[in-house]
Amino acid sequence: MKAKARNADIDISKEFTPEQLKKVDKIIEKFKDRPGALIPVLEEAQMVLEFLPMPILKIIAGGLNLPLSQVYGVVTFYSFFTMTPRGKYTVRVCLGTACYVRGGKAIYDNIKKELNVEEGETTDDRMFTLETVRCIGACGLGPVIFVNDNVHGRLKPAKIKDVLSKYN
Amino acid sequence: MSLVNLTIDNIKVAVEPGTTILEAARKVGITIPTLCASTELGHTPGACRVCLVEVQGQRGLTASCVFPVWEGMVVRTTTEAVRNARRMVVELLLSNHPAECNYCIRNANCELQKVAEYTGVRELRFAIPTMSKEDAIDESSPSVVRDTRKCINCHRCVTVCAQVQTVSVLTPSFRGSSTTVAPPFDLPLMETNCTGCGQCINVCPVGALYEKDDIDKVWKALQDPTKHVVVQAAPAVRVQLGEEFGMPVGSLVTGKLIAALRKLGFHKVFDTNFTADLTIIEEGNELLKRVKEGGTLPMITSCSPGWIKFCEHFYPDLIPHLSTCKSPQMMFGALAKTYYAEISGIDPKDIVSVSIMPCTAKKFEAQRPEMCSSGFRDVDYVLTTRELGRMIKQAGIEFVGLADEEYDAPMGEYTGAATIFGTTGGVMEAALRTVYAVVTGENLGDLNVTPVRGLEGVKAATLTVGDLGPVSVAVAHGLANARTVLDQIREGKSPYAFIEVMCCAGGCIGGGGAPHPTTNDVRKRRAAGLYKDDGTVQKYRQSHESPSVKKLYEVFLKEPLGHKSHKLLHTHYVNRGTELPHKEKGPAVCKPAKKGAGH
Ligand code: SF4
Ligand code: SF4
Ligand code: SF4
Ligand code: FES
Repeated sequence: MKAKARNADIDISKEFTPEQLKKVDKIIEKFKDRPGALIPVLEEAQMVLEFLPMPILKIIAGGLNLPLSQVYGVVTFYSFFTMTPRGKYTVRVCLGTACYVRGGKAIYDNIKKELNVEEGETTDDRMFTLETVRCIGACGLGPVIFVNDNVHGRLKPAKIKDVLSKYN
Repeated sequence: MSLVNLTIDNIKVAVEPGTTILEAARKVGITIPTLCASTELGHTPGACRVCLVEVQGQRGLTASCVFPVWEGMVVRTTTEAVRNARRMVVELLLSNHPAECNYCIRNANCELQKVAEYTGVRELRFAIPTMSKEDAIDESSPSVVRDTRKCINCHRCVTVCAQVQTVSVLTPSFRGSSTTVAPPFDLPLMETNCTGCGQCINVCPVGALYEKDDIDKVWKALQDPTKHVVVQAAPAVRVQLGEEFGMPVGSLVTGKLIAALRKLGFHKVFDTNFTADLTIIEEGNELLKRVKEGGTLPMITSCSPGWIKFCEHFYPDLIPHLSTCKSPQMMFGALAKTYYAEISGIDPKDIVSVSIMPCTAKKFEAQRPEMCSSGFRDVDYVLTTRELGRMIKQAGIEFVGLADEEYDAPMGEYTGAATIFGTTGGVMEAALRTVYAVVTGENLGDLNVTPVRGLEGVKAATLTVGDLGPVSVAVAHGLANARTVLDQIREGKSPYAFIEVMCCAGGCIGGGGAPHPTTNDVRKRRAAGLYKDDGTVQKYRQSHESPSVKKLYEVFLKEPLGHKSHKLLHTHYVNRGTELPHKEKGPAVCKPAKKGAGH
C-alpha cells in the first residue's frame, strides 16, 4: 500500500527547535482536560510547527490520551491540516474540465514524474509541493498550472522541465 | 410513557417515543434494506442511504435508520420515488466497486449483493475505475486481510474496533471520494495494536475484511503422501459449522463435523476439547498454587489469543496476572508432536497439525515464536469455521446428510466442561467444578454455575470452596468489558481471585472466524447448543473425570505443573506496548529439538 504522507522516520529533533517542541507540550497541557481538545490542539500545534508529521501526532495522541487512529482521522479529514512540510513553491495543476480535455492530465502525470511525488506531497529537497485544483477560471489558457502566484498557460508536457527549472 | 402511533404502508404501528422508522417497520414485518446501520452496535451513521423512505409532508426522502417517529406520521416504503432512489444509491455504491462477486470471499453471503438484488439493480450507469489490487490489499496480518477496494464506508468496523474492543485500529481517513477506512498512516495491520480478533470481519457487510485464507496449504498437506495430518476442532465449531450449510443456528453437529473431517482426508480426527480438559487441570492447579503460596492474584485466563495480545499491548503491567497455561489449541499442538508422536510411533517431523477454530487470532497465536515446544511448529495451520465450511464445499461433501461419526482416541475424548469453553463463562464454570472437587473432595452440589452464564458484559460470582472459604470470580467478554476488570486490578481494588477474559463478545461462539452473521440472538443459540452438549450428551461433566486426560498424566506428563507440563503446556508473554508502528518479526522458524528432548 502507498505510504501516503506517512512521514514515520522524520526526526523531529532535527526538524523543529526545542522551543517549538516545548510550545507543543504547553499547548497539550493547556487543553488536556477540556472536552473537544483535539482540534484546537492540532490547530495551535500546526501554527507553531507548520506541519504535523507522524511523531508529532503521536505526541498529541499520547498527551490527550486518544487513540492515534482518531487523531489521524481528524487530521486527514480537514484539508487545513497537513502532515507534510510545505515546499518553497506550491505547484497547483488545474484538472477542471477545460484543462483536463486540453491535456491537463498529461501535464499532471508529467509533473508527478518530474518531481517524483504524489498529490499533496513535497519533494525531498523541500522545493515543491504538488496539489491539484478544479477550475480556477483561466480556461482560455488551459491547460494551466500555478507555481505560487505565477500562472503558466498553454502548457505542453515537454515544457514542464523548463518551467520548473526557473524556480530555485 | 405513552406510545407513538404511526402508519407504515397503511399498517398501524405503536412504538416507544424515540424509535426510528426502521425499527418501527421491522416490528410489523416490513423489511427496509440497510447497509451501514447496525442497531445492535448502536451504529447508525446514516451514511449509505439505502434505507430511504417517504414521510408524508417531508420534502425529499428520509433515511429511516436515523429518523425518529412522531405521532400521526405516515410512512411509505415502496413508492416509485423510494424504489428509484434506493436503486440509484446502490448503483452509486457499485460505481467504484470491483465487480468480482463470482470470486469474492463473500459471494452469496454479501449484504451489498443482497441490497442490489432487493433494489433491482440491473445495469450500471456509472463506472469509476477502482484502485489496483496491489495498492488496496493488506495481507500483513496472519489473521485479518483488508481489501480497501470493496469498502463501502459503512464504518461498522470502526465502531466495533473502538467501542466494543477499545483497540481503535481502524479510522475513517481523508474525505469525499478519497475516503478510506484504514489504520493510522495506512500502516499495515500487523504494525498496529490489532489483536487479530476479527470482530471487524464479523460486522463488515462486504468482502472488504476477511480472514487470511489458509485452505490451500491444508489441501497440500493432505495430498502429501509423506505427511500424517492430524486435526483438532475447537468447542465452538460444533455449534457453528452447520450454519455454513443452512442448518438452524446453533445446531450441535459434532458427529457430522467428525465425518466431514475424515472425508477430507485427515488421518486422525481429534478434539481441542481434550486439551480444554487438560487446561482446567493445569490452570486449576496453578490457581490453587497461587492461592496457597501467595502468588499474583487475581489470576486471569489465557485461552483467548486476541485477549492475550491486547493485554501485551495495553496492560503489559498486568502480565504477571495471566495464567501461564497455553491455550487449549497450543497445548494440543505441543502434545500432537510429542505425546501422540510417541504413542503412535510416528516421527513428529512427518506430522502436520491443523486446527479448526472459530477464531482469527488463533492464526497469529500459532505463529508466535514461543509455540515451538515440540521442536517443531506445534500447530502448522489454523482454519476458521468459515474456511472449513468452504473446504467441505470444495470437496463436494454433502454435509447435512452425513451420518454421525466418533472422534479418534486418545486425543478426542472430552467432558462437557470442555465443550462449554466455547462460550463466555464456560472456562470459569469448568474451572470451578474441578477446583471445588479437588479442594473439597466432593462434587459441586449443582454443576450448573448459572451466575457466570449469559451475555451480560461482566459477570461475578462468589462460591465457598471448602477450606479456601469464599472465592470471588469474574467473567468478562469483549475487550471493553475486560478493561473494566483490568482497571480494577490496576487500582488495587479487584475483589476477585480468578477472572475469565474472552476477547470476543459471547466468547468463541462469536469469534472472528464464525459464520456470517453473528448477532446476540445467534450467540445465544450457539451457547445453548454448547450447554446442550454439556448437560445432555456428555457422559462426564468435570474435566478431572476425563479418562484420556488421566491416562495422559499417568503415562506421559506424570503430574500437573510438573517438568513436562512446564515445557509443553505453559508459556510466557511479551510486553508489546502501544508505540506505533510495531515491527513484528515474521513467524519464527522452529529449531528441531535434539533427539530425545521433551521426552
Ligand atoms: S463485496 Fe459483495 S458486491 Fe463486492 S465483489 Fe464481493 S460479493 Fe460482490
Ligand atoms: S481484528 Fe479486532 S483489533 Fe484488529 S482491526 Fe479488527 S476489530 Fe480491531
Ligand atoms: S471495511 Fe467493511 S465494515 Fe469497515 S467501513 Fe468498509 S465496508 Fe464497512
Ligand atoms: S442504513 Fe440507513 S443510511 Fe445506511
